[in-house]
Amino acid sequence: MLVYIIRRLGQSALVIAVMATLVFVAVYAVGNPVDILASPQADQQEIEAITRRLGLDRPLYEQYGLFVWNALHGDLGRSFVYNEPAVQLILKRLPATFELAMTALVIAVGVGIPLGLYAGLKPNSLGGHSVMAGSILGFSLPNFWQGLMLVLLFSVVLGWLPAGGRGQTVEILGLPVSFLTVDGLQHLLLPALNLALYKMALVIRLTRAGAREVMLQDYVRFARAKGLSQARVIGVHVLKNILIPVVTVLGLELGSMIAFAVVTETVFAYPGMGKLLIDSISRLDRPVIVAYLMMTVVIFVVINLVVDLIYAAIDPRVRLSEA
Amino acid sequence: MTSQPILEVRDLVVEFATRDGVLTAINGVSFHVDRGEVLGLVGESGSGKSVTGLAILGLIDAPGRIASGSILLEGEDLTRMREAQLRRLRGKRLAMIFQDPMTTLNPVLRVDTQMIEAITAHEKVSHKAARAKARDALAKVGIPSPDERLASYPHQFSGGMRQRVAIAIALLHRPALLVADEPTTALDVTIQAQILSEVQTLAQEAGTALVWVTHDLSVVAGLADRVAVMYAGRIVEQGSVADVLENPAHPYTAGLIGSVPSRNRRGVPLSQIPGMTPSLAKLPPGCAFAPRCARADAGCRNDPPVVAFGTARMHRCFHPLVTAEAAA
Repeated sequence: MLVYIIRRLGQSALVIAVMATLVFVAVYAVGNPVDILASPQADQQEIEAITRRLGLDRPLYEQYGLFVWNALHGDLGRSFVYNEPAVQLILKRLPATFELAMTALVIAVGVGIPLGLYAGLKPNSLGGHSVMAGSILGFSLPNFWQGLMLVLLFSVVLGWLPAGGRGQTVEILGLPVSFLTVDGLQHLLLPALNLALYKMALVIRLTRAGAREVMLQDYVRFARAKGLSQARVIGVHVLKNILIPVVTVLGLELGSMIAFAVVTETVFAYPGMGKLLIDSISRLDRPVIVAYLMMTVVIFVVINLVVDLIYAAIDPRVRLSEA
Repeated sequence: MTSQPILEVRDLVVEFATRDGVLTAINGVSFHVDRGEVLGLVGESGSGKSVTGLAILGLIDAPGRIASGSILLEGEDLTRMREAQLRRLRGKRLAMIFQDPMTTLNPVLRVDTQMIEAITAHEKVSHKAARAKARDALAKVGIPSPDERLASYPHQFSGGMRQRVAIAIALLHRPALLVADEPTTALDVTIQAQILSEVQTLAQEAGTALVWVTHDLSVVAGLADRVAVMYAGRIVEQGSVADVLENPAHPYTAGLIGSVPSRNRRGVPLSQIPGMTPSLAKLPPGCAFAPRCARADAGCRNDPPVVAFGTARMHRCFHPLVTAEAAA
């Protein structure tokens, strides 16, 4: 197990190094931030002063070397716009996005697995067909459009839920969270649902496919031949086997939910990392963009690692063969 | 007065609804198994022998269903029972083991979990008592250091060991009847022999009757008291093992026996039955074996009736190799 973890850590470090290079070069190519930062009236001298202050006058390799050196010391640069460390800026927004993603995950799993099981166990029933048809909608309707429709229906027409913002928050361990207040929950529900719909559709299809496959296995037949109740056969024998692919995929999707909550946050004006990214791109705030992408990469790599470890915990065959 | 048989199957019909219409996988099968008796159910792939086994346990899933007939276990009709009643019998009075030991145990649950749940499903006992019972059951089927093995996962066992675990689970409650669906087919020959003799001994100890589903006549010869030969969803011949194997009446039985390698026919090419088992969707009219049969004639396009003869024997053939008069 230890060898396995060390090897996985090595692979992760390599991925992060390669991504750092790609991200830095790509963002460098996007445009010159000085054009946006300097006021239109600024003369050549002022522009040169800003360029020098931001370190943009040096050649690319020098900028890159400095970036890597600082990054290794935990410094991803200061925002050109806010003049605050970029990481700090993002970390301030991270709890909101994280809360949103976790809520979406709970909804996706809490609704997706029961529906998927139902559709898998009764594939030819009306209910089963309806669930599958619904999941196709979840897949194919664009995320932003689903978000707009949710706002239109629940905020504009019905007036049940607020259309945007984060609502009232309370602090837990120094982090502001909104799921503990009624107002916060109301603000959280729509964006979380929006973010969850696609994943829910995915969980439904994975669970259904898994259930249909596992139900045909001899061990399910044998479990029934032992005289076990239907609840035990489905809830233990079938579910535990289905969970293996579901956990794998959801782990990866959790990363993408955190990193790409951008669309949902924009639609619902939700003050998370995604909205910060969009704002930073339009202002060419390079350090924030780079810091955001680097953090995304790190989050992905960490989640992947955790998923592999959970996977090994659920499936004894993985655990032992890798030891 | 003769005692009531443990299992009596009467005119069982099992159908599967498919896209090409309703297929009759089992077509009017009748047999019985006495207390402690071993019945060999023999046939090629697709003859319906496994489906018969599943039907006894009530484990036929949609699109399949028991269309008619009755299955009496100790006088009670299983086909009329509700699922909850049937569930209480499964594992308790009725047990089943399957062909592939690599797939009959759940790969993600430990052996003790899978054994203890089988015990507590039918008995109100403490976890500790159930575990002790599970350990004794493992020891009984010859698994060394059962205490440690209980905490193992199925993939840590060899195929033969897994089948032993399955057998231990099936016999936990000393059932009246054990349906064994080719449990030795996937095993090495040496392990096969061990498992065969162990099941036989254990079943005798527990007073459990066996329905041994197999395509292997040599297994039947060594194990069973009586044998029923199935072809295309019908029993074509039935009788005591000695009678049927020495003097087969149905040409199909004779063909099966002829294709078993034997010491007495060294150097002679093995005889084969020409052709293949027919698809259930395209069964020939009348006797389903007729197209492959050397003795068939135009009359075989009619349904052959059940002919009882000799001592408790029957066949379904217009041109039997042993006539009723000769056998009598």
